[in-house]
Amino acid sequence: MVREMAGLDEGGPLFAQVAERLAGEIADGGLAEGARVPSTNELAAFYRINPATAAKGINVLADEGLLEKRRGIGMFVAAGARATLLARRRAGFTDRYVQPLLTEATRLGIDADELIGLIKEVSNERGGVAV
Amino acid sequence: MTPAISVTGLTRRYPDQVALDDVHLTIGTETITGLLGRNGAGKTTLLRILAGQEFPSSGSVRVLGSPPAENENVLRRLVLVREDQAYPDFRYPDFKVCHALRAASFCYPNWDAGLASSLLEDFGLRADKAIKSLSRGQRSALGITIGLAARAEVTLFDEPYAGLDAVARQVFYDRLLADYADFPRTVLLSTHLIDEAAALFENVVVIDRGRVVLDTAADGLRGMVTTVSGPVLAVDSFTQGRPVWERRGLGSQASVVIVGQVSGEDRERARSIGLDLTPLSLQQLVVRASGWAAGAGSLTERTSA
Repeated sequence: MVREMAGLDEGGPLFAQVAERLAGEIADGGLAEGARVPSTNELAAFYRINPATAAKGINVLADEGLLEKRRGIGMFVAAGARATLLARRRAGFTDRYVQPLLTEATRLGIDADELIGLIKEVSNERGGVAV
Repeated sequence: MTPAISVTGLTRRYPDQVALDDVHLTIGTETITGLLGRNGAGKTTLLRILAGQEFPSSGSVRVLGSPPAENENVLRRLVLVREDQAYPDFRYPDFKVCHALRAASFCYPNWDAGLASSLLEDFGLRADKAIKSLSRGQRSALGITIGLAARAEVTLFDEPYAGLDAVARQVFYDRLLADYADFPRTVLLSTHLIDEAAALFENVVVIDRGRVVLDTAADGLRGMVTTVSGPVLAVDSFTQGRPVWERRGLGSQASVVIVGQVSGEDRERARSIGLDLTPLSLQQLVVRASGWAAGAGSLTERTSA
């Protein structure tokens, strides 16, 4: 039995997963710029992991300039962090979503025009994203 | 900084076997280390020697900078919770849980009585219960309570949870982490419930047949070995140029175990060509390391590279 770690898994180093989770929260606006980031011990207790592992996760984002340390108080989301993370995500969008979508579509014999049609259809049903 | 534990060339021979065979080990202060290995690998002997309860045949052992054997200055700063912890209940039938805690409070200078009673409560153990009437699991709960409430600079747990159910083990892990966060110390925990405890460890040491076969940062092992399975052509193209541990095939399907982290980009690529990637858990890794010392050696080299 692998212990429940609030969604972390065995797929890679835990510190990298903690960093990714925090980055995700910043990109989604859950952690606003200027907000205090949970402390090492808070993260360790929440994910049920070694505090040194949690600290390493925080340091990844600090090294990238996404978090800044305020002496004696803790870590805070740096100005511009959200924009940086969204730009990074956008850059990865094609590789992460469009390529696999096209691969599977090709396998099923769906061509690009038909695919675009499908996307529009679903988008209209949701009344959401404009294409 | 002086390491909390430093062992060089430690060998312990019994008339019929070698329990520890030229062990070298350094454990840094304020870390939690998992001591892993099969039954009979030498874990208990090592912990007992560290706690001064047994003597090396040869080699040197230093705990908090000094040899632990009969060294009051080391032993009062160290606690060992044994799997088969004995209490004087056979001589004193009225010896109760509260008496064991009282005795422990005299032994350990950092003893926290409040922590001890809150742990008893979490484990559902009454202080006025006679020790001779405790179940196996309750005896383990008492051992863990003493081990944590001692707040000893060096805290050694040897398979501390025989008879404890999953809920009680979760209490142990959570309370250990919480108290460690507030009062960092050096913890060495031997266990065979590896996956359960894996996230607690900063480092892992694997012992097999008296020798250290793996000594590395635990988080670095995660995702270090992956099983790649799917259509044989796709598997071959994906695994080409990567160190391979094992390869199996069945018709047009193949399953290959590769060593090395797989980047997010490669992960996407694998998915797009119809491959399944399954990381080996720490437990699976240790099983392989223990059964195959040579393989473990090469893994250490790769992880440290």
